[in-house]
Amino acid sequence: MKKNESYEEFIKGIWRDNPVFAQVLGMCPMLAVTNSAVNAIAMGGATFFVLVGSSFLVSSFRNWIPKQVRISCFIIIIATFVTIADYTLLALVPKVHKELGAFIPLIVANCLILGRQEAFASRYPTRLAVMDALGMATGFLIALFSLGAVREILGDGALFGVKLFSENFDPWIIMILPPGGFLTLGVILLFFNWFKFKKDEFLEQVADAERSGS
Amino acid sequence: MTADAKKAAPAPSSLRLVLTLAIAGLVSGIAIIGIYESTLPTITANKARELREAVFKVLPGVSRMQALVYRDGALVAAEKPGKDEPVVYGGYDVQSKFIGYAMPGAGPGFQDTIALLYGYTPDQKLVVGMEILESRETPGLGDKIYKDAVFVGGFSALSVEPEIVVVKKGTKSQPNEIDAITGATISSKAVVRIINETHTAWSERLPPAGSEPPFVPTESAGKAESGASK
Repeated sequence: MKKNESYEEFIKGIWRDNPVFAQVLGMCPMLAVTNSAVNAIAMGGATFFVLVGSSFLVSSFRNWIPKQVRISCFIIIIATFVTIADYTLLALVPKVHKELGAFIPLIVANCLILGRQEAFASRYPTRLAVMDALGMATGFLIALFSLGAVREILGDGALFGVKLFSENFDPWIIMILPPGGFLTLGVILLFFNWFKFKKDEFLEQVADAERSGS
Repeated sequence: MTADAKKAAPAPSSLRLVLTLAIAGLVSGIAIIGIYESTLPTITANKARELREAVFKVLPGVSRMQALVYRDGALVAAEKPGKDEPVVYGGYDVQSKFIGYAMPGAGPGFQDTIALLYGYTPDQKLVVGMEILESRETPGLGDKIYKDAVFVGGFSALSVEPEIVVVKKGTKSQPNEIDAITGATISSKAVVRIINETHTAWSERLPPAGSEPPFVPTESAGKAESGASK
């Protein structure tokens, strides 16, 4: 039973409550740094670290943090993790850090992270909060990667910098420019909503069939 | 449930609020200082290595380098140049014979500042190589200023006197002309303008060809040499 509970908290962030496709949160990094798969993964990784770390701390200290100053405390915790991620990336992968530029410090302002602290981590025990953060962060990473991969394949004819097509392929440069981000995100959201619609329709049909059958 | 319990409890004193934030800030500050101190050596080393690699790239045949600054009307070697002091890098071959300068320059590009380094040989008055150090030009278009091999290769023997002129692709006919990148004219022009401006700013300060400052062996220069042979 307990195991199922944490599994449920983990899995909901990946599909049903996916932070990007279902909640439409964190759009700023989503659109800005997904022009290649590597950038998307670095951004997703940094966000993953910040979200899991902050959720763990916020949940552990949730009984000590007075309600009146909770947002300031969350921001201090988040900002510390972001700074750690920023310097670590700068030291380990300076090239990727250069590409991501201002968007790493901006993770502080990612509403996905603050949202999870306020809505979940500050109200639930540490174990559930960490599972929730792991699920949400994985969902965010998957979303970033799918956008980054689509844009790099179409806009540059490559994935992770490896050319996929022959020389005849004329890359759609617009896909790695800002409009490409909006287009790709729009198409993915369209697919997501269509899928949800179909699923609801199917569930309704099943319910109808059951009713008429009984 | 926890929210209800908190609502029922009396409001915490201001002292407690201040203390909570102060402790959070203190712990956060210590963590940030810790990560800054522990990554600083790697970051500085990365930056120094990038610069060294760029100098060796823009000046073919160079295996030793030293920083040069302009002080009291002469160009002198400086192991640790001042923070805001303009610096050029002297490139020397294995016998410490002077080959050329690596000149850093920066200026506005299409989106943000472009910082670059170019190699300059004073005896021939030629630009012999160019490397973009920093740029946030449009991916797929403006970033060709460092991704387009033809454009970058155009700086391997380019006359800077009279100043470099950008011409339409395929129409280069003079030694001081360079082909613009199709679709990235502003970025190509920005690169050339930065080189021209840097050249004008330094041309008065560089000593006449043949009397460049000699190579001064130092510990850091020795390290640069071993870095080059790797």
